[in-house]
Amino acid sequence: MSPPDTSRADSARPLNGAGEALLTVRGLKKYFPIRGGILNRAVKRVHAVDDVDLEVMRGETLGVVGESGCGKSTTARLLMELIEPDEGELIFDGCKVGSRELPLKEYRRQVQMVFQDSYSSLNPRLTIEDSIAFGAQVHGTPKREALARTHDLLARVGLDPARFAGRYPHELSGGQRQRVNIARALALRPRVIILDEAVSALDKSVEAQVLNLLTDLKAEFGLTYVFISHDLNVVRFVSDRVLVMYLGKVVELGEAERVYTHPQHPYTAALLSSMPSMDPDHRTEEPPLAGDPPNPIDPPTGCRFHTRCPSIRPFCATREPPLADVERDHAVACHARVPASGYHDDAAAVPDPEKITA
Amino acid sequence: MVDATQTATAPLDPVAAPVRSEGYWRSVWRRLRRDKVAMTAGGVLLFILSLAVFAPWIAPQDPLHGTMLMRLRPIGTEGHILGTDELGRDMLSRLIWGGRLSLLMGVTPVIFAFFIGSAIGITAGYAGGIVNTLIMRTVDVFYAFPSVLLAVALSGALGAGLGNALLSLTVVFIPPIARVAESVTTRLRSSDFIEAARASGASALTIVRVHVLGNVLGPIFVYATSLIAVSMILASGLSFLGLGVRPPNPEWGLMLNTLRTAIYVQPWVAALPGMMIFAVSISFNLLSDGLRSAMEVRA
Amino acid sequence: MTDPYVRIRDLGVTFTGGAKPVRAVGGVSLDIREGEAVALIGESGSGKSVTMRAIMRLNPEKRSRIEGSIHVGGHDVMKLGARRLARFRGAEVAMIFQEPLLALDPVYTLGAQITESIRRHEPVSRAEARARALQLFERVRIPSPERRLDSYPHEMSGGMRQRAMIALALACRPKLLLADEPTTALDATVQIQVLLLLRELQRDLGLSIIFVTHDIGAAVEVADRIAVMYAGRIVEEASARDLMRAPRHPYTIGLLKSRAHGAMVKGARLDTIPGAPPDLANLPAGCAFAPRCFLAADSCRRDDPPPLVALDGGRTARCLRVEHTHPDAIGTPAH
Ligand SMILES: Nc1ncnc2c1ncn2[C@@H]1O[C@H](COP(=O)(O)OP(=O)(O)OP(=O)(O)O)[C@@H](O)[C@H]1O
Ligand SMILES: Nc1ncnc2c1ncn2[C@@H]1O[C@H](COP(=O)(O)OP(=O)(O)OP(=O)(O)O)[C@@H](O)[C@H]1O
Ligand SMILES: [Mg+2]
Ligand SMILES: [Mg+2]
Repeated sequence: MSPPDTSRADSARPLNGAGEALLTVRGLKKYFPIRGGILNRAVKRVHAVDDVDLEVMRGETLGVVGESGCGKSTTARLLMELIEPDEGELIFDGCKVGSRELPLKEYRRQVQMVFQDSYSSLNPRLTIEDSIAFGAQVHGTPKREALARTHDLLARVGLDPARFAGRYPHELSGGQRQRVNIARALALRPRVIILDEAVSALDKSVEAQVLNLLTDLKAEFGLTYVFISHDLNVVRFVSDRVLVMYLGKVVELGEAERVYTHPQHPYTAALLSSMPSMDPDHRTEEPPLAGDPPNPIDPPTGCRFHTRCPSIRPFCATREPPLADVERDHAVACHARVPASGYHDDAAAVPDPEKITA
Repeated sequence: MVDATQTATAPLDPVAAPVRSEGYWRSVWRRLRRDKVAMTAGGVLLFILSLAVFAPWIAPQDPLHGTMLMRLRPIGTEGHILGTDELGRDMLSRLIWGGRLSLLMGVTPVIFAFFIGSAIGITAGYAGGIVNTLIMRTVDVFYAFPSVLLAVALSGALGAGLGNALLSLTVVFIPPIARVAESVTTRLRSSDFIEAARASGASALTIVRVHVLGNVLGPIFVYATSLIAVSMILASGLSFLGLGVRPPNPEWGLMLNTLRTAIYVQPWVAALPGMMIFAVSISFNLLSDGLRSAMEVRA
Repeated sequence: MTDPYVRIRDLGVTFTGGAKPVRAVGGVSLDIREGEAVALIGESGSGKSVTMRAIMRLNPEKRSRIEGSIHVGGHDVMKLGARRLARFRGAEVAMIFQEPLLALDPVYTLGAQITESIRRHEPVSRAEARARALQLFERVRIPSPERRLDSYPHEMSGGMRQRAMIALALACRPKLLLADEPTTALDATVQIQVLLLLRELQRDLGLSIIFVTHDIGAAVEVADRIAVMYAGRIVEEASARDLMRAPRHPYTIGLLKSRAHGAMVKGARLDTIPGAPPDLANLPAGCAFAPRCFLAADSCRRDDPPPLVALDGGRTARCLRVEHTHPDAIGTPAH
């Protein structure tokens, strides 16, 4: 199968560093109403995604990590325009999404998504090939052509079309189904694929096969990935840059190796040192982060992490830290990392988040 | 589970047409066929249906006329195997002919209500939000009435007659079917494959046609089959009140009611129409139960 | 040497409910000493949960055939009568699951569930049982335990629910805790809290633990010994240290290599195990792993499954060609 012309140029670009933004998100906000009372009115709101700015560079893999419920999936669904944001805008390749130059239908051709549950993301009543061909048919490709391309794609993701095209989802194993989902995402020749926990439900040995497949496809089609996962090892392995979320906010964003080796936000540090050690002689002795995450219905004021932070100052509870660059390509939302924040005027010694890592 | 035998024999040539897995409805049929209870129920229904269809050829006597000399004869009477009713008409013939009207009154309203109720429920379920609230609150108003009361009130207002009885029964069954359709669709709407279809830019109508219908019509249909029994019982109630089938036409519900008075004279004969209604309803229930489990894909 | 606390011999579980019998567990032998934590790792469907359920006799008795023997603390589990079995579950052995919401009763408060469980097994007053429930909540580090005793399962976060379930499991002071993937649904920061809690309980209460997981990292955090399952059999068993340093069964080697770990080169490929796990209703002759094994020879595919081979350091592996995986033979495997 010949990749679209643009992809050749994309894959020639350097993978990290000075790429240009393909997808820009500004001030993204989503509060879910919680209905209750006799009139079924919104009585409270879940602050699922709260004022998120980010850029996805052309050809990169952006890893997204964070505690369960911090808004990773909601962000993904907002990026896909599957749910309406309360505020904020998406700019794709220089055009505002939903504007005349880039209508929603066209944008959706460019950005696709793979979900965690490989079974529920396939229609149980359709054969594999019908599921994959559906998207192309929606965009006006004749059925024959769409099916031919489907067979190419199946072969590409390592499923023999002669054996698998006519099957139903329940006749496949989890790993095979996730390949089908990846093939379906590729069917519209998108430029960005959002993978929301796409390998989390797979066995380790199958996970490795799918990760290799993603690597190959990325090189072949010049894809850009947004890779959401709670497996920190996998995110480190696949990502060029990593975005760390906490309670609906971006707390750290930077080049992956840098974030993993020199985390700047105390939450990132705690998260990374929560990884099992893998070494029976040096097991983790103290949980790096005590307690449970605060309720997103009523998030803490000021810095949202201040209720669990090992090194807070009184004003952390009142003033919200902005996401600011601490070095090239590395931004952090923590008062302690910004020289002019007033944090350092306080008498106590400045804690070093890397100490928490140890 | 991956079917190893099938994959092993498949040709490895990628251009060859793919091996088609057994289609969904084929596999439902295969599972249903293994379900002895459901198959027996289906057999009973088929038998009663063919009796009704071929009534003119099968029924031994005229269902409308009898002699008063032969009133209320017991089961096993010479020439009247199942006895006679209060006007001396042959019970067997009346039961066979009665199946026509009874099945008609049981099945037709449910079929119409199935199409209309599904359309309403799927629209409400897929649209969600305000549209859902408006449609479903309206449906709930009708649903709030006890079905017997609603059926009687409607046919009373429309006037007596078979057509009006069918119409009012249809209206009675639309709300419950719409509610089931709405809840099945709402549950389906949030599943990942619908999201994936939306993400590929498909319009709501396309998604409903390709992805929603195939998944919701089955469960709604199963629910609707279970309503057939209710419909037959309601229909006989209407006939009893003189709002549905008129005497002397044979209809099981009507027969049951007129023979009620003879319960102390010929209890077995009086119970016969009731037994027919019971057999048909229980068969429909068992069949729809079997259908439901046969439709479980992961079974 | 004293008798092990748990002694499983040639456990076989075959499910006969479906069209073909499924041999989910095919001859598992395992010993666990008092106060020891053993992790059972392996791919999905390898029979880990079925083994655990067999220890508590929770597999459907009518639709399964069970062979072999299980002894726990002197009880012959296979022979327990209904009465003794009820006591055995809870007071001797308790189990925690991946999804606490399914195991906890949604209509009772947690406090009520724990007191009820204590009072079912021991003749104590309500107040006393509640005091013990409170202790348990403190023990598993639930914040503001007094208040939490009166809350319902759905009012808690995932991590807190898992801790509440551990408290419930410990209510009758069992000596063996079976943990079936207790941290799979949790995220990293909460997972490590629960893992450390399990380890602490093992140390402080002298609890024996069987910990099922498919995450090797989690296994290393709690377990003294690790048993690796493949297609219903334990294929390798060793101390956590030995297993991580030098895995000997080809499946374990493949599993450890296929993990994305630490600072790997960007864009590098992971080593994968080719193929897919076998169909349990239709196991191949010989070693079940042979079709995917890089070491397999013809002898591996013939007749009987390979026997357990005892290796030095008290470890075992079920492989005919295990001498080829000696660190000197193939060089030190990854890690
Ligand atoms: N449709 C919805 N209605 C109400 N609340 C929602 C909805 N979807 C998500 N939320 C809430 O928004 C918050 C963020 O959820 P989200 O699914 O984005 O988290 P996540 O980071 O993906 O978590 P996980 O790692 O568990 O998948 C959560 O508190 C969740 O309960
Ligand atoms: N009640 C049952 N009836 C029939 N087969 C069963 C039953 N319970 C389990 N099995 C089968 O036994 C095999 C082993 O299942 P088991 O649940 O032990 O796997 P596992 O190792 O715990 O996997 P996972 O990591 O997915 O939990 C599977 O193939 C499963 O389908
Ligand atoms: Mg999520
Ligand atoms: Mg299991």
